[in-house]
Amino acid sequence: MLKKEIVYESTLDHDFLEEIYSLPGGHEIKKCIQCGTCSGSCPTSHVMDHAPRKIFSLIRAGFREEVLDSNTIWFCSSCYTCSVRCPKEIKITDVMYALKRLAIKEGKTKGKKAVVLSKNFVKLVNKYGRNHETELMTRYIIQAELFNAFKFIPQGWKLFSKGRLPLFPHKIKNIDQLRKILKKVDELGEI
Amino acid sequence: MPERVGVYICHCGSNIAGKIDIEKLAGFAEKLDNVALVRDYKFMCSDPGQNLIQSDLEAGLIDRVVVASCSPLMHENTFRKVCERSGVNPYLFTMTNIREQCSWVHIDEASSTEKAMDLLAASVRRAVYLEPLEKREVAINPRTLVIGGGIAGIQAALDLAEAGKEVVLVEREPSIGGHMAKFDKTFPTLDCAACILTPRMVQIGQHANIHLMSYAEVEEINGYVGNFNIKVRQKARYVDADLCNGCGMCWEKCPGTRVPRKGNVHEKLSLGPTSSIYMPFMQAIPAIPVIDRESCLYFQKGKCRICEQVCERNAINYDMEDSFEEFEVGNIIIATGFQPFDPSVIKRYGYGTLPNVLTSVEFEIMNCASGSTGGKILKADGTEPKSIGIVHCVGSRDKHYHEYCSRVCCMYALKFAHLIKEKTDAEVYNFYIDLRCFGKGYEEFYDRLLGEDVRFIRGKVGEISRWVAEEDEKDQLIVRVEDTLVGAVRRIPLDMVVLCTALEKQDGLDRVAKMCSVSVGKDGFIIEKHPKLGPVSTATDGVFIVGVAQSPKDIPDTVAQASAASSAVLSMITREKIEIEAATAEIIEEKCSGCRICNNLCPYLAINFDEEKKVSIINEALCKGCGTCVAACPSNAITAKHFNDKQIFAEIEGLLSAR
Amino acid sequence: MKYTYYPGCSVKATANLYQESIDAISPILGLELEELEDWNCCGATAYMSVKELMSFAISARNLALAEPFHRDVVTPCSACYLVLNKTNQYFTEYPDLRKKLGQALEAGGLSYSGNIRVRHILDVLFNDVGPEKISSLVKKRLDGLRVAPYYGCQIVRPEMGFDDPDDPQSMDRLIESLGATSVEYPLKTKCCGASLMGTEEDLALRLCCELLTGAESAGAHCIVTLCPLCQMNLDVYQSKVNRLCRMKHNIPVLYITQLIGIALGLPSKDLGLDKLAVKLTKPVKEILQGA
Repeated sequence: MLKKEIVYESTLDHDFLEEIYSLPGGHEIKKCIQCGTCSGSCPTSHVMDHAPRKIFSLIRAGFREEVLDSNTIWFCSSCYTCSVRCPKEIKITDVMYALKRLAIKEGKTKGKKAVVLSKNFVKLVNKYGRNHETELMTRYIIQAELFNAFKFIPQGWKLFSKGRLPLFPHKIKNIDQLRKILKKVDELGEI
Repeated sequence: MPERVGVYICHCGSNIAGKIDIEKLAGFAEKLDNVALVRDYKFMCSDPGQNLIQSDLEAGLIDRVVVASCSPLMHENTFRKVCERSGVNPYLFTMTNIREQCSWVHIDEASSTEKAMDLLAASVRRAVYLEPLEKREVAINPRTLVIGGGIAGIQAALDLAEAGKEVVLVEREPSIGGHMAKFDKTFPTLDCAACILTPRMVQIGQHANIHLMSYAEVEEINGYVGNFNIKVRQKARYVDADLCNGCGMCWEKCPGTRVPRKGNVHEKLSLGPTSSIYMPFMQAIPAIPVIDRESCLYFQKGKCRICEQVCERNAINYDMEDSFEEFEVGNIIIATGFQPFDPSVIKRYGYGTLPNVLTSVEFEIMNCASGSTGGKILKADGTEPKSIGIVHCVGSRDKHYHEYCSRVCCMYALKFAHLIKEKTDAEVYNFYIDLRCFGKGYEEFYDRLLGEDVRFIRGKVGEISRWVAEEDEKDQLIVRVEDTLVGAVRRIPLDMVVLCTALEKQDGLDRVAKMCSVSVGKDGFIIEKHPKLGPVSTATDGVFIVGVAQSPKDIPDTVAQASAASSAVLSMITREKIEIEAATAEIIEEKCSGCRICNNLCPYLAINFDEEKKVSIINEALCKGCGTCVAACPSNAITAKHFNDKQIFAEIEGLLSAR
Repeated sequence: MKYTYYPGCSVKATANLYQESIDAISPILGLELEELEDWNCCGATAYMSVKELMSFAISARNLALAEPFHRDVVTPCSACYLVLNKTNQYFTEYPDLRKKLGQALEAGGLSYSGNIRVRHILDVLFNDVGPEKISSLVKKRLDGLRVAPYYGCQIVRPEMGFDDPDDPQSMDRLIESLGATSVEYPLKTKCCGASLMGTEEDLALRLCCELLTGAESAGAHCIVTLCPLCQMNLDVYQSKVNRLCRMKHNIPVLYITQLIGIALGLPSKDLGLDKLAVKLTKPVKEILQGA
């Protein structure tokens, strides 16, 4: 949360805007006119620490910690409503992705359950070439919701009993090819 | 004695000197062939700057002038005049653009300087081959064509007519008056639009110097400044203007319906009669009805002719056809106005699908005392709304539609809020991004509205829907918006929403622009000669622009521009003659094979074919020296004066051998 | 009409009923869907949150595998549709990305030149087959059935051009071609919460509750959708929505392909109808039987 005291310039990070600006999808954020179309259209903005519009003003003002610590980025469901409506055509969803990656990179993931889900998703895809929903949920529950595990049972059972939850993963045949591609990306470095 | 070129380098304050090494450039110029002297100065266009050139020319030190400064569009004329004053032919001067093409567009000083050197070398070499040319004069026809009869055209026409000059005013609609005639009140003073506009409309109709052609469209424009030939199509009204006395019997008895009679309040919105024979509104000038063919029973089904039977003056004539009128004018004023943006393309605002979502123009008509609701603000079902939202910037400031600000919406939105408060008990919400109240008395008007308990929410509306989530939202329009100043997303149930739609270029403006050989910008509006110093002139002499034809603006600004344009026209007419460009193309008759390729290529229609001599000939008054024909001529029979082969090759050589 | 078929991971698991209905109706509609050999996960939204270039790279592998067949790639999953399309679009728009992806694919012995069109099955059903043809094949008209067309997010946004991002119409027309009524549903492109159902369950449940309430108050007998995640959230989690929001929603959530299958007269076991968590309700059954 914003500190309830006068904010001194020295506490702000004025390079933050440039840092975000250079991220893919970040180019247009300097042009934001703070009209609020994004927040007014977002299905989840009401539960966010800061609605998307405010995230942009925080970035511009240099409130680095507030942005990366906020739950905003993890509440984005990638519905792209903001992106198609933004009068400045800012790719807001892409900026949210970029902020998610930056937050993960800087370890600002404490208590962020979405990070656990995403990271396990990546692991599974790298392992099998495909997602395995059963294993994904099991890993996620163990790592993030162990004490709430029981709440996943009814829906899990429903899926299983209807034959919608396969027990075994499907591994693609040419997993080596996929891994070679991923290894090359690793060498090239992220964008 | 070889040609002696004087080179003058302008610093343009720091505009040029800040990015170009002037000393280096001057040193380079001194070494060029034929250069007799090099001088540099802070502002070449200033008096002392011009005097430098004049004294060198008068002292006989040089006989050709190269000025390295800004774009020729800016100051070519300035320096040509200096040459004239010094007794030297102005075409012995040439200009090098080292500002727009060098210092303004390059970041690196070294490369910017190098490019300036190249360009300057090219100009110097070209200057050696320049030839003196004679300017010619043409007479100016004192009559003026005004296209468009809204407040812009009305003001311009009256100014000229009052000065004793003839005006032909062409209006596409059946009546003059334009959008302003649909308004009830005007901001910020809240004068009644009819009270201030109608007397002027009447004056137009009665003025001895004004020939009003309503329900007419300009079809063709040929010619050039001072001598334009105009062809206008007079569309058939099916009512004889000379016989009709505007009694109104025809539209009272007409069974046709131009505007549905059965629809709800909003579907029936109209200012004039809803019949097929109609006047657009009751104060129309000329006060002569017109038949709408699309809904007329006789034209559609072959039966009816009731208007003919009831007309005591026998003014109805179903056989009337479009007619054409041709005449000459000296100047043209384009005052075509705007059309409102159609918000139905923004699906999330529900215009066209949700009831009680209106455009600002529809809301104006509803407020107009002479309109179908008698000035009452009503919901579609005829009841009075208890809450109204006014959404700003619909189609404006939005890259999907128009990037520009439409300039009038903030103020008319405030006016709407005031009218609603005055006429109803409704709550009013203004949803805005920024309130732009910049004109005289505008901020004061905003201040007044703040005191009238209008609710202002800073936030662009996300969507308008009928997604009911709570009981009290039932049957209402739900506006979802972020109140950005509070930082909360709000759902506001409203009875009615008014969309403040953008002002768009008028339909057909491109065609008018093309006929007048003026260009339009990417926003669709006509590009003025200079945004600050030539806001009503265009790149084509004798063609002027007024009002929204140039860019969105309000009534005060439009009227000011109209008077500015008419004064510019008057100054042309008073001069009686105008000099025209001498740098035209020329056909060498002996070489011309008579193939006529050039005739159709010329964008200014300046080339005709001489049937007797079997050669093409160029009308120098029309020719702009663009060079299209020169490049196209297969026999090399055409040369462009001031841009002949020798001069252009010299320029290229200069460019290539510079360093 | 032959296409390269990219099912996506969900369609092979939690959405296998979607697959069954697609298999059942395709031959009747003249659609030949040849599954892409050895396809891998598109990356969905989760991969993009962790690694960007890798996410584009795994997605691009599928495009590279599909390119030699010179056919449109068709997917029934909205997330796959979005991700594959986005990869395609950014591949053309950003030369830097294109270069890196090219190098990465090369490491796997693949190449891609950007010439594959990725389409959603709704696009194919609406534009290639068309409501007229479907209507002519209908054996059991669904007269009287009121359907809420739920498109969700990722099929219409970001704009892919085949339907409007706020007020799409293609599925409405398909529903009408079966004789059913497509109700006015203002929430047709609102978000169901997607994968937030896993991580922020209460929030996603509330979003689903709005969708279910909206459909019921529009008088719909059932919701029809085209996205595996949307279907699972609205169907499998409906009882949980009821518990959290103290509601009594009981509205079946079908795939559009299942509804088409019913109208084509196919038996319900071929369409995976028995796998729905919310069973077909009495009024729906009556209409279907009477049809």
